[in-house]
Amino acid sequence: MSATSTTILNLPDQSTARVPKKNFITAEDGLLSWLLTGDHKRIAMLYLISITFFFFIGGAFAGLIRLELLTPQPDLVASDTYNKFFTMHGVIMVFLFLVPSVPATLGNFLIPIMLGARDLAFPKINLLSWYLYVIGGTLVLTTMVLGGVDTGWTFTTPLSTHYLNTHVVTTATAVFVAGFSSIFTGLNFIVTIHRMRCPGMTWFRMPLFVWSHYAASILMVLGTPVLAIAIVLVALERLFGIGVFDPTKGGDPLLFQHLFWFYSHPAVYIMILPGMGVISEVVSTFSRKRVFGYTAVAFSSVAIALFGFFVWEHHMFIMGVSNYSALVFSLLTMLVAVPSAIKIFNWSFTLQKGSITFETPMLYAFGFMGLFTIGGLTGVFLGSLGMDIHLTETYFIVAHFHFVMVGGMLMAFLSGVHFWWPKMTGRMYPETLSKMAAVVTFIGFNLTFLPQFILGYLGMPRRYHAYPPEFQILNVLSTAGATVLGIGYMLPILYLAWSLKYGAVAGDNPWQATGLEWQIQSPPLTENFTEIPIMDHEAYDYDWLEHKTKPEVTTVG
Amino acid sequence: MDNSVATTEPGIEHAEHEHVSLPQHRHHFETEEQQREAGSFGMWLFLLTEIMFFGGMFFAYLLYRNWYYDAFVAASNTLNIGMGAANTAILITSGFFMALAVWAAEVRKKQLLVWMLVFTTLFGLAFLGVKYFEYKEKYELHHIPGASFDVSQFINPPIDKATGKASEKPLPPDVAEHTQIFFFLYFAMTGMHALHMIIGIGLLAWLLARAQRGDFSAGYVAPIENFGLYWHFVDIVWLFLFPLLYLINRHPLAH
Repeated sequence: MSATSTTILNLPDQSTARVPKKNFITAEDGLLSWLLTGDHKRIAMLYLISITFFFFIGGAFAGLIRLELLTPQPDLVASDTYNKFFTMHGVIMVFLFLVPSVPATLGNFLIPIMLGARDLAFPKINLLSWYLYVIGGTLVLTTMVLGGVDTGWTFTTPLSTHYLNTHVVTTATAVFVAGFSSIFTGLNFIVTIHRMRCPGMTWFRMPLFVWSHYAASILMVLGTPVLAIAIVLVALERLFGIGVFDPTKGGDPLLFQHLFWFYSHPAVYIMILPGMGVISEVVSTFSRKRVFGYTAVAFSSVAIALFGFFVWEHHMFIMGVSNYSALVFSLLTMLVAVPSAIKIFNWSFTLQKGSITFETPMLYAFGFMGLFTIGGLTGVFLGSLGMDIHLTETYFIVAHFHFVMVGGMLMAFLSGVHFWWPKMTGRMYPETLSKMAAVVTFIGFNLTFLPQFILGYLGMPRRYHAYPPEFQILNVLSTAGATVLGIGYMLPILYLAWSLKYGAVAGDNPWQATGLEWQIQSPPLTENFTEIPIMDHEAYDYDWLEHKTKPEVTTVG
Repeated sequence: MDNSVATTEPGIEHAEHEHVSLPQHRHHFETEEQQREAGSFGMWLFLLTEIMFFGGMFFAYLLYRNWYYDAFVAASNTLNIGMGAANTAILITSGFFMALAVWAAEVRKKQLLVWMLVFTTLFGLAFLGVKYFEYKEKYELHHIPGASFDVSQFINPPIDKATGKASEKPLPPDVAEHTQIFFFLYFAMTGMHALHMIIGIGLLAWLLARAQRGDFSAGYVAPIENFGLYWHFVDIVWLFLFPLLYLINRHPLAH
């Protein structure tokens, strides 16, 4: 690879190249072979299909919200319908898309391969977690059909327990079940990472993708059960009127906030950490350099997971918590910015003097770095006590977490899907079209959410479907951006589906990447490796790749 | 947990995994040791999630006990300490038999294992039986939170015939209302614990059938060991619940 080339893409001769006949997709036929599979790669595919489905349902609600906000008057839907829109949007996007997005698809597919293992430690529990996800998703759809729920995705008490006559218990059950799906995924990852590494795969030879999933798994395992009990208490209070969160009976609504955010704040790190893992892999591959400060990046993931457990009260600064505890939580909140910044700086230094090429995954990764930085820094604004009182419950919050979740996480997800698509399917996506989609997504995203920072700063509250006329121009911009963003998300679906049949044959290692997953055939065999590899080099060792004489890992399929 | 038979895998795996001796060995593990360690590590992690799950309720208990100390004392005094103590003994005995079951599996004594699992199950069922009578008593006293909850007992405590005085310090009505929070936590915590017992007894029935078939008599004991961890965990939760709910506020009435 010369430093001047514009792409590192290296495809086999298309006239002779074939996707290997024997691989995990062709290993068995029939619907049942998929629905009863224990293969982590097939389960990843099942997840990929189901989360994409829910992403578009959640996206449709986002579209409806933006459509209503096009005009200051409440003219599209009534206010309670609008409440249902943003609730369904939040519930679906948080619990059915963002939490499982990267871990359950790319993580599931790649972690065993990256560790040199044949599968996750518990294949049946892995399949069970997909079924739990599907049951949770079905319950959400049921709620939707029955008339929806309008608590907001946060199930705030006593609103959710006493004042609403919508399907709170069904939705709560859905979140409870989907939560267990997440617990089992995390548990499986932790055990796999501890016990299934191949010979020579020490902790500090693992790809950073695995490190960030390890950190996210800790959060899943420790945080999700607390959400589960919070939700059980809400359901019990609704069903039996027992008063644990009801102030008229001596209960404390703030207790619910503590229990809920003890999970739901770490949950944002469950969502973002796996995305950061994707970015580490992509940035290294497309700048042909080992990730700068590997150890710092690895530990920053764990630090984010650790600090992430001690910041939840910043969601409650205006809810009457003690000023002294608010001070402490404000400080801790700002501390989380440190490991996040370590990552951003280390990726930037990885780029420095690297041989950078601009393939689609890298474009999305650049999008991630810019937008996540803005999202993260506005998080520091919100973590400071004075600013928070002005900005909380306004569109500033909405813009902040969409910058992190959509600008950050969704960009990372798309980056990862494009990066590993040739590995997962054996075929390349169309390069020009996909670059276009990345650019369209970036433009659409900024157009949608930058105006919301201004709206929020000017005082437009979130969760209202009417607003003063002077805010209209910014809302129109935002709605226009959402339309562009929608196109940006439709494009990959179309061309990725197209590429399944017509895409160029990718070969084993189209990106000349160093990861173990690139040393085996694409798509991999059911057992991943014909013999278990022995790791004798660091992660991201491009010298090793260049001087590798024999295929260290047998790939014949 | 899982012992799908690896011998149904197609030919190539056989050539690669000749060291595999047990039919319970799963093909993706390199060694039996790795499989056993992974299983037990997974179970410990699962128990960690259980601790966090119960932790939410313990946190609520801590908060409300500090806020509503008098109501918690009065409500706690109405719990049936005899039944609670009996259940503690029953549960510890059940745990003892479970420990013996793990030992029996390790020394490959099939009949002993089966009997130990039977005793574990019987004592587990006895616990639930006692719990039924306790809940029934709460129902008769209208101590179940909700519409039928009745605080009159705490406002006007019954008169003790021997002394002619109230058997308990009367509570003002607004304070007495808070006994409902105590009873809710009592039912939520013991109920969730009982649910874990019921799930455990279901698993015991499944393990019994497999033990009877001789699945655990040839050196493969992971499911028994891992279930043992779960069962002991459920015991330990009760060992926290019993003092916190029944004992901690109990005091001789000052005369």
